[in-house]
Amino acid sequence: MLDLKGLTKRYATGDLALDNVDLTVPAGQVLALIGPSGAGKSTLIRCVNRLVEPTSGTIKLDGDDITKVRGNRLRQARRQIGMIFQNYALVERLSVMENVLSGRLAYVGFWRSYFRKFPQSDIAQAFRILERVGLETMIDKRGDALSGGQKQRVGIARALMQNPKLLLVDEPTASLDPKTSRQIMRLICELCTEQNLATIINIHDVALAQQFVHRVVGLRAGAIVYDGPPEGLTPEILTTIYGEEDWTTTHKDSDDEEKSDKKDVEAALLGGHP
Amino acid sequence: MTAPVWQRRTPARQYAIWLGWFLGVMLFLLCFKIISDNTIWEFLTDAHVQAASLIGRMVPPDWSITGSLMLPLWDTINIATVGTALGVLIAFPLAFLAARNTTPHPALRAFALGIIVSSRSINALIWAILLVTMIGPGLLAGMIAIALRSIGFVGKLLYEAIEEIQPTPVEAITSTGAGRMQVLAFSVLPQIMPAFAGITVYRWDINIRESTTLGLVGAGGIGLQMNAAINNLAWGQVATVFVLIFGTVIVSEWVSAKVRHAVI
Repeated sequence: MLDLKGLTKRYATGDLALDNVDLTVPAGQVLALIGPSGAGKSTLIRCVNRLVEPTSGTIKLDGDDITKVRGNRLRQARRQIGMIFQNYALVERLSVMENVLSGRLAYVGFWRSYFRKFPQSDIAQAFRILERVGLETMIDKRGDALSGGQKQRVGIARALMQNPKLLLVDEPTASLDPKTSRQIMRLICELCTEQNLATIINIHDVALAQQFVHRVVGLRAGAIVYDGPPEGLTPEILTTIYGEEDWTTTHKDSDDEEKSDKKDVEAALLGGHP
Repeated sequence: MTAPVWQRRTPARQYAIWLGWFLGVMLFLLCFKIISDNTIWEFLTDAHVQAASLIGRMVPPDWSITGSLMLPLWDTINIATVGTALGVLIAFPLAFLAARNTTPHPALRAFALGIIVSSRSINALIWAILLVTMIGPGLLAGMIAIALRSIGFVGKLLYEAIEEIQPTPVEAITSTGAGRMQVLAFSVLPQIMPAFAGITVYRWDINIRESTTLGLVGAGGIGLQMNAAINNLAWGQVATVFVLIFGTVIVSEWVSAKVRHAVI
């Protein structure tokens, strides 16, 4: 599905953000990208949809090389890749419906989109997705009238409107409380499984990641230092990724969470997880 | 052991600041002396008598001319409104060319900034003098003068508003595969709408006041009548013009406050 080869990014300042990264993500797999701040997680997913131009290496989406495409071909590549942001990145003065429909922009012409004359099939899809993410009563609310969790649901709906093959998720829960974080992570993972999407989630919360994802990739200083199942994150591995720290407390907490995950109510009550 | 000492500035820096203030005050006193030497103070001794006499001649206002002032007043409002609309129409695309985050090319940015600066550096009254010479006296000269001055004002404030938008929604809309114009329409435009509405009515408000003076140089509007009244020493009529302008400005203030409130 997604195939990165030798992906390298050196910023104009000289900082090497990504150092020769090889990564393959098959369809339907939810992958968590963990690592300390500045390890290159954000740069990696922004290189995939070319919000950041990679210095070298190749990006292949379903076999198509999209590393160097421009203009219309870049737009066509981008519309197959949905993106969800840490700070929701909604257009706050537009309504929920307009924000969701903006996921279809690459499929309609300028004037149709300007006058909000989206095809009926797009509007029907928007209603379906809004119902799926639980916002069917919020359709005409303005973006700035929503809570954090609701805004992130709009962000998810906007990404799904693109009918993407690949979902890039940048710190989806960093601005949310623990309960909402779990709900959002669960929603993202369910939707990826339902629609067989390849998904990369950047996340700081290791315990939360372990609970929901199929595969974990650890990034340190722009290079992959771990690639394996979530259970494989031993204290030694975490030290390799993040540096020296007492990891036993984290593990105790994550054990608690695995148990409580079976009972939603308990999970909701577990307020202060790391 | 003495208590540790903390000072906001080093002594050298503190003395430099004192010296700066000292030189500033000296400069002020010098300027005052030059102006004072060039002033005939005897004229000021009876200034209050002159002022009282002038106000005496203005009161009561000569209301008989009110009817004949209505058309010039309407012209003045039209000059301001059409001029603002014309200026905004040109300033809007210029602002997108001039803003660092939306300009298609640095050369176009320099071009747009050039137009904005040259428009701003010339007062509407001077534009009007130039235009009356070029296209003759009348409303059209006034409208174009107001428009030319407004381009720079609206263009500058609008491009600054564009540069201050949040970048993440722009990133989000770009990542959906939207085209360049769609990105502007869906992520930049909604963010600058409140600023755009505020700037436009604010400039309209200023233009109402500016267009009352354009008649002085023959560019149409109520200024023409005011000029004639002053030349005839008909101070009662001048007072009537003042009252009408005052009323118009109050109304325009009220309208702009309403518009700003409506678009937030």
